[in-house]
Amino acid sequence: MAALFRSGRPALILHSQCIKFAAKGAEVGASAAEPVTAESLRERIDGFLAGHDPAGDRLEFLRARFDAGLAWVHYPVGLGGLGAPRVLQPVVDQRFAAAGAPDNSPRRIGIGLGMAAPTILRHGTAEQRERFLRPLWTAEEVWCQLFSEPGAGSDLAGVATRAVRDGDGWVIDGQKVWTSMAHQARWGILLARTDPAVAKHAGLTYFLCDMHAPGVEVRPLRQATGEAEFNEVFLSGVRLGDELRLGAVGEGWAVARTTLMNERVAIGGAALPREGGMIGVLARTWRQRPELRSPALHDEVLRLWVRAEALRLTGLRLRQQLAAGEPGPEGSAMKLAFAALTQQISGTEVELLGAEGLRHDHWRADRPEELDLIGRGPTYRWLRAKGNSIEGGTSEVLRNIVAERVLGLPAEPRQDTGVAWKDLPR
Amino acid sequence: MTLDLRYTEEQEQLRDSVRAMLADHAGWARVLKVAESPEPDDADLWRLLSVETGLAALAVPEHLGGAGATLAETAVVLEELGRAAAPVPYLGVAVAGQVLLHLSETDLLRELAGGGVVALAVPFDIGPAPAPPNGAAGPRLPDVEVSTAADGSPLLNGRVSSVADASRARVLLVPAGGALFAVEADAPGMRRTGVVSLDETRPLCDLAMWNAPARLLAAGDRAATALDAALVAGAALLASEQLGLAQWCLDTTVEHLRTRYQFGRPVGSFQALKHRLADLWVELVQARAVARHAVACAAAGDPDARLAASLAQAHNGPLAVRAAEECVQMHGGIGFTWEHPAHLYLKRAKSASVAYGTAARHRAVLATFADLAPA
Repeated sequence: MAALFRSGRPALILHSQCIKFAAKGAEVGASAAEPVTAESLRERIDGFLAGHDPAGDRLEFLRARFDAGLAWVHYPVGLGGLGAPRVLQPVVDQRFAAAGAPDNSPRRIGIGLGMAAPTILRHGTAEQRERFLRPLWTAEEVWCQLFSEPGAGSDLAGVATRAVRDGDGWVIDGQKVWTSMAHQARWGILLARTDPAVAKHAGLTYFLCDMHAPGVEVRPLRQATGEAEFNEVFLSGVRLGDELRLGAVGEGWAVARTTLMNERVAIGGAALPREGGMIGVLARTWRQRPELRSPALHDEVLRLWVRAEALRLTGLRLRQQLAAGEPGPEGSAMKLAFAALTQQISGTEVELLGAEGLRHDHWRADRPEELDLIGRGPTYRWLRAKGNSIEGGTSEVLRNIVAERVLGLPAEPRQDTGVAWKDLPR
Repeated sequence: MTLDLRYTEEQEQLRDSVRAMLADHAGWARVLKVAESPEPDDADLWRLLSVETGLAALAVPEHLGGAGATLAETAVVLEELGRAAAPVPYLGVAVAGQVLLHLSETDLLRELAGGGVVALAVPFDIGPAPAPPNGAAGPRLPDVEVSTAADGSPLLNGRVSSVADASRARVLLVPAGGALFAVEADAPGMRRTGVVSLDETRPLCDLAMWNAPARLLAAGDRAATALDAALVAGAALLASEQLGLAQWCLDTTVEHLRTRYQFGRPVGSFQALKHRLADLWVELVQARAVARHAVACAAAGDPDARLAASLAQAHNGPLAVRAAEECVQMHGGIGFTWEHPAHLYLKRAKSASVAYGTAARHRAVLATFADLAPA
């Protein structure tokens, strides 16, 4: 992915705990003999569609699409791709969507597609790539991410989950938290400590965790909104074969960085229209309920409208840059601005509505599969928005990273450099 | 229509060359010297930008001696001029140029392309109206009365205060009695008085006219439309200047915090300061998007141009002030001295925040576009 560096700046990528620079893209491997173009791709897809009925068996269709190299075209030949430029993927997805073909429910398998797959591609053995990538892409196997722990949030490299060698394999003990989709996942990408006696980054190893193995217990984690989008995962004497280790022992942090690099800011999909986000809800309430208005709130609503529109245009510009192969660090600006904005818009909405705004739909511990930040009432929006400045990296850690990686300001002095993990205060 | 909000390769090259030129000819010590001098602006720098490089007439068609470019290129130059706090009447000339383009005033456009300064004679805080000119009320303009000379030609009487970029103008475009007139700056009955104002890098002057002979350029809707389009363009272009100014403030503050040591550490390693600068950067990223959007809309004649210009001012005006204030504060004592350039940017940012309408005024404009009626 040489294009990443075309602008001369490394791209900032979001992660659930922190942000890392994408020093190198995740794609490796063979290119098709002929350079792939949008035109040749369309021909190839039309040829494929002639032989495979989009209305037929869903799984069969998806497997055939993978085998034809039309899954993720920037992946190598034989692993669902054609070694084509990544920017051509929208051509493929649009062509299949236009033909009414089934998709692989990309929102449901986002962690697999966005994080597990590029890591397996880059660090996996031939056997691991062969075994895992196809069912991952066809959504036969859902993946989750076993990184964060109660004691390792912003400081991910401090994870305490232990992996101890046992004959040919490993025994895992520990606790992970904030794990989306764990209750549906077949596999998890797992960061565990194999050597507590060395500095924290050096003692980590990366595994592919069998979520059906004995000793894996998934419990819903109820959040302030009352629902449980996430899980806690308890790992008690979980045995994993050595063939499930990804990368060398002690190289877990380097492998994890590939995962983190690929957890991009969610900017996929179509650009939002004006008032397409949470501001639209507030603006409609303002229009429809003149009796609620006050001069002070009018100015507040206008200020929020300006910020929302500025952020929307920032997203539009970022999309245009990415489409042109010029990624920059603007995604982290969007993450920070988005979190602050949703919190303020939803707070203003509750205030505008007064006592009516306090009425809540229910406090049931639902397990929503797709997050909808504006789908429920004002109190839900206000509460859920509190998570926006915590999930995907807290706004405070993100500001540190922007200050150091984007602006080049010096790092805060650290207490954990060169200290064995077991000797760190915790 | 989706407008491209990125910079083109040509625009990046344009930026590089303007920045290099300003580094050589508009270092801050020179800017301060000009600001302290009785001269209203930097005549040498203006000659370089206009006569020698043609940058002052980027948006003027080639057959009239201009570069045949658009407001999007003009905006790139303004980013760099904002970055340098350069004392030249570039923005005012660009705005006057928009009036002339709308009225197809080819002679004046040729003069402008040759480096002549033409200024729109309105107070610096006049911004675009909430609705197109033939609809609701236009901007509040000072009363300038029109009378008729013995030979039937128009004469202007009245005062226009706080006009920017007009100190060196040879021709003034004066709105009066619902029409637009051209008045020679050295015409009998026209008096121009410099104002001591907050921002000496963009001097203001007061105009007084007693039977000043004028030439009618346009009347009625035609005049109102030309004036309105120029004010929309002015608000849009100013957002790019504010962006460049804010970027300088951020860059300079970052550099200071990297190299200034206190408590045995670079000051920039303190989280309290890092977070403020990170937040400023977040605002700047957005300022770039809204500024590019505003000039792209204005250049394309997009129906959103008025909204985009008001959005850009509502966002970038306060942002530039905040960037300059943070720059002063985070420099500590040195930032409050006359010897450090921070004060030039602080003054220019505050002055620019009222130019072409304050943020509050633009929010009121946006309220009409967004159908968000007041209480």
